[in-house]
Amino acid sequence: MNPLTLLAQLGRMVLVTLAEVGRASIFAWSAITHIFRPPYYPRELAISLLQIGWLSLPVVGMTAIFTGGALALQIYSGGARFDAEAVVPQIVAIGIVRELGPVLVGLMIAARVTSSIAAEIATMKVTEQIDALVTLSTNPMQYLVAPRVLAALITVPLLVGIGDIIGIAGGYTVSVQSLGFNSATYLKNTVDFLEPLDIISSLVKGTVFGGISAVMGCYFGMNSGRGAQGVGRATKGSVEAAAVLILAANFLLTGVFFSV
Amino acid sequence: MIQLENVQKAFGNNRVLRGMTLEIKSGTSMVIIGGSGTGKSVALKCILGLIQPDSGKILVDGKDASTGDRDAFLAKFGMLFQGGALFDSLPVWQNVAFRLLRGSLKRPQAEAREIAIEKLRRVGLKAEVADLFPAELSGGMQKRVGLARAIAADPEIIFFDEPTTGLDPIMAGVINELIREIVVEMGATAMTITHDMTSVRAIADNIAMLHDGVIQWTGPVSKMDDSGDPYLDQFINGRAEGPIEAVR
Ligand SMILES: Nc1ncnc2c1ncn2[C@@H]1O[C@H](COP(=O)(O)OP(=O)(O)OP(=O)(O)O)[C@@H](O)[C@H]1O
Ligand SMILES: [Mg+2]
Repeated sequence: MNPLTLLAQLGRMVLVTLAEVGRASIFAWSAITHIFRPPYYPRELAISLLQIGWLSLPVVGMTAIFTGGALALQIYSGGARFDAEAVVPQIVAIGIVRELGPVLVGLMIAARVTSSIAAEIATMKVTEQIDALVTLSTNPMQYLVAPRVLAALITVPLLVGIGDIIGIAGGYTVSVQSLGFNSATYLKNTVDFLEPLDIISSLVKGTVFGGISAVMGCYFGMNSGRGAQGVGRATKGSVEAAAVLILAANFLLTGVFFSV
Repeated sequence: MIQLENVQKAFGNNRVLRGMTLEIKSGTSMVIIGGSGTGKSVALKCILGLIQPDSGKILVDGKDASTGDRDAFLAKFGMLFQGGALFDSLPVWQNVAFRLLRGSLKRPQAEAREIAIEKLRRVGLKAEVADLFPAELSGGMQKRVGLARAIAADPEIIFFDEPTTGLDPIMAGVINELIREIVVEMGATAMTITHDMTSVRAIADNIAMLHDGVIQWTGPVSKMDDSGDPYLDQFINGRAEGPIEAVR
C-alpha cells in the first residue's frame, strides 16, 4: 500500500477520535450545567439514586470482599519471600483504599450502570421517546441526563467508601481466620497506617469515576444509531469508553495525589 | 397558520424533502398523503424542530419556528408519533398527563389523573387502562394512548402521524370523529398523515400529496376526485399502474 494513503488513514482516524472526544466533552459540560438549571425532577433523581446507588451495593460488596481476601493471601505469601508477612494489614489498606477499591467499584459501575443507562436512553431514542419528550416541552438533558449524572456523582463515592471498608474487612477476615493475625493488632495497624489523603483520594476517584460512568452512558445513549443494532452499538461503546476513561483517569489522579 | 416555504432536507445522499411548500390555515384540518418513505413524518418533525431542515423557511403564526422561545412554541403543539412513542417507564395515565404533571402547565396530581382518564375515554379506552404500563397494551391501544397524550393539554395545533393505522374499522371511525371534533369544536389546527382513504374523507378540509420531495397536489378534499392529476388519481385509487413507480 502507498505509505501516504496509510498516513492519510491514520490521520483521519486521529481526527475522528478527536472530534468524538470533543463532542463528548461538550456533552459532559452540558450535562453538568443542566444539573443546576431548573426545572428539577426530584422523582427522576430519586429513581436514579436507587438504581445507581442502592441497587449496586450487592455487586460492590461482593467485588470488594473477594478482592480484599485475595489481596491478603497474595501479600502474605509474596511477603513471605522476604520475611515481610507482617505488612499485610498496611498493604491491604493502601491497596484497597488508594487503588483497588475505587478502580474495581468504578469498573463494576461501568458494567452495571453505564450499560443500563446507555441501553435505556438508546431505546428511548430509537422509539422516538426522546422526540416525544421534546414535544412535551421537556428537555431530555434535564429530565434524563442530569438526574442520572447527579445520582452517580453522589452515590459512587459512597459506594467506593463502602467498598473500601468491605475490602479491608475481607482482608481482615482472611488474615485473622486463616493467617494467624491478631484481630486487635490488625485493626490498629490498618487505622494507624491510613492517612486522610488516602481516603480523600479514594472518594475523589469515586466521584470522578461515577461522573464518567453516567456521562458515557447518557452520551452514547443519546447519540445511538437506529434500530436494535444502534442500541447494541451504543451500549457496547459506552461501557468500553467508560472503562478506558476510568483507568486513564485513575492513572492521572494517582499522579496528582501521590507523585510528590 | 403554518407555512412551509421551499423546505429541503437530505439524509446523506437521500434527498427526502426537495422544496416543500405548503400552507395550513388556522382552525382547518390538513391531511398529508403520499407514498411510504416520501418524507411525511420528516416534514412534521421539521415543523416541530426535531429535525433541522437544510434550507427553506417554516413559519408558525407568521413567526420563524427555529427562533424565539422554544417552550412557548412547543406548548402550542400536540403530536401523535407514528410508533406511539409512549414512555414505557410510566403508567398509561402518567403518559397521557405528562404535560400536566410538570412544567408550566402543572396541576395537582388528582386533577391531572382525572383529565387523563377523560382523554382516555375520548379515544375509546376504559379507566382500567390508566394504571397499566404501555408494554401491557396492544398496538392499537398504544396508538390511542399516544393520541390521548397528544390532545391532553388541549393544544392549538395537533399533528397526527397515522392515527388509525392498526385500529379496527370501528375504532378508526371513533378516532376520525374525534379528530374532526377537535378541529370543529375546539378550533384546533390539525395536520394528519394517513394512508387510509376513508379517514382522509372523514377528517380533511384540505389535502396535500407529497411526492418526490415536493407537494404534488394540494386542494380542498371536495376537489380530490376530479383533480385531473395523474399522481393523485393513481394514489387515491390505489392503482399499481401509473406515473408513480411501485418499486421505490
Ligand atoms: N433520522 C433519520 N436519519 C436518516 N434517514 C431518515 C431519518 N428519518 C427519516 N429518514 C429517511 O427519510 C425518508 C422519509 O422517511 P419518513 O419517515 O418521513 O417517511 P414517511 O413518508 O413518513 O413514510 P411512512 O408512510 O412509511 O411512514 C426515508 O427514506 C427514511 O429512511
Ligand atoms: Mg411516517
